[in-house]
Amino acid sequence: MSEVTSQHPHNLQHHFADMEQQNDSGIFGMWVFLVTEIMFFGAIFAAYAIYRSMYLPAFEFGSRLLDVKLGTVNTAVLIGSSLTMVLAVHAAQTGKRKALVFFLLLTMALGAVFLGIKSYEYYTKWEHSLVPGLRFAPTEALPSGVTVPNLEMFFCFYFFMTALHALHMIIGFGIMTVLVIMSWRGRFSPEYYAPIEVSGLYWHFVDIIWIFLFPLLYLIGGRYTT
Amino acid sequence: MSEHIVSVRSYVLVFLALLCLTALTVGVAFVDLGSMNTVIALVIAATKMLLVMLIFMHVKYSSRLTKLAILAAFFWLGLLLTFTLSDYFTRRWTPSPSDWGPSISQPAPVNK
Repeated sequence: MSEVTSQHPHNLQHHFADMEQQNDSGIFGMWVFLVTEIMFFGAIFAAYAIYRSMYLPAFEFGSRLLDVKLGTVNTAVLIGSSLTMVLAVHAAQTGKRKALVFFLLLTMALGAVFLGIKSYEYYTKWEHSLVPGLRFAPTEALPSGVTVPNLEMFFCFYFFMTALHALHMIIGFGIMTVLVIMSWRGRFSPEYYAPIEVSGLYWHFVDIIWIFLFPLLYLIGGRYTT
Repeated sequence: MSEHIVSVRSYVLVFLALLCLTALTVGVAFVDLGSMNTVIALVIAATKMLLVMLIFMHVKYSSRLTKLAILAAFFWLGLLLTFTLSDYFTRRWTPSPSDWGPSISQPAPVNK
C-alpha cells in the first residue's frame, strides 16, 4: 500500500490513469472551450461582414477615423505578451520558478499597456463625439459639409468588438493573478504545469482575435486615399 | 507527459515573424490594390494565426484528438460564414416576381 502511494504523483487526480492522460485531457478540454469561443466571435465577424457590405462607404470612412499608429503599437504589444506567455510556459517546463513568475508578471504588464492604449483610444473617440448612443455628433471628425450616413454602425461594431476583446483580456488578468501566486508558492514543476499551459492557450486565443480585429477595423478602409 | 519543449530560439523567431507580418500588413494597407487589399490583409492575418496556433499554442505537437477538435471548429465556422453570407450576398441577384408585392402587402378581405 505504501509502495503504491509513494509512486502516485502528488498532482495526479484519482480519475486519471497517469499524468500524460491528465495533461492531454486538460489541453483537450481547454480547446473545446476555445471552439465555443471561436463560434462566439465567428458570429460577430459574420455580422461585421454583412453590415460592412451594406454600408461600405460608412465602414471605410469610419476605419480611417481610427488611429492606425496606436493600433499597430497595440498589435506589437499583444504579440509581445504572447511571447512572454510562451516563455513562462518554457520556464515552467524547465522548472525555473523565478523566471516563471517574472514572465507571468511581464505578460500582465504588456496586457496592461495594451488596455491603457485602448483606453486612450476610447477617450479620444469620446472627445471627438464618436460614441454611438452616448455621444455621437461627428461634426468635428468630419470635414465641414460632409455627412456620412450610417457611420454609427461602424462605431457600434468597433466598440462592441474591441470591448468584448478587452473583457477577455481582463478575465485573463484574473487568471494570471492566480497563476502568479501559485507559481510564487512553488505549486508548479516540470511534471505539473497544466494550469500554465491551458491559461497560455486562452491568452494566445485572445491574441488571435486581435490579429483579425486589427486589419478588419483599422486597415481595410482605404487608408491609401488619405 | 507528452509535451515537447520548444526552444526559446523558435519562440523568438516566431515573434519576429509576427512583427514583420504586422509591419507588412500595415504597409500594404497604404497601397491602393483595389479589392485585393482586403484579401491580402486577411491572408496575412490567417498566416499570423497559424504561426501562433502551431508554435505558441503547441498545436504542431498536440494529440490527434486536439487537432480534430480544432479542425471541427474551423469546419463549423466555415458553415456559419458560408451559409450566412451566401444568403445575404445573393439576395439581390434575382428580383422578386412583380405580382408578389401587392398580394402580400394588401390585407386579406374580412368575410362577415
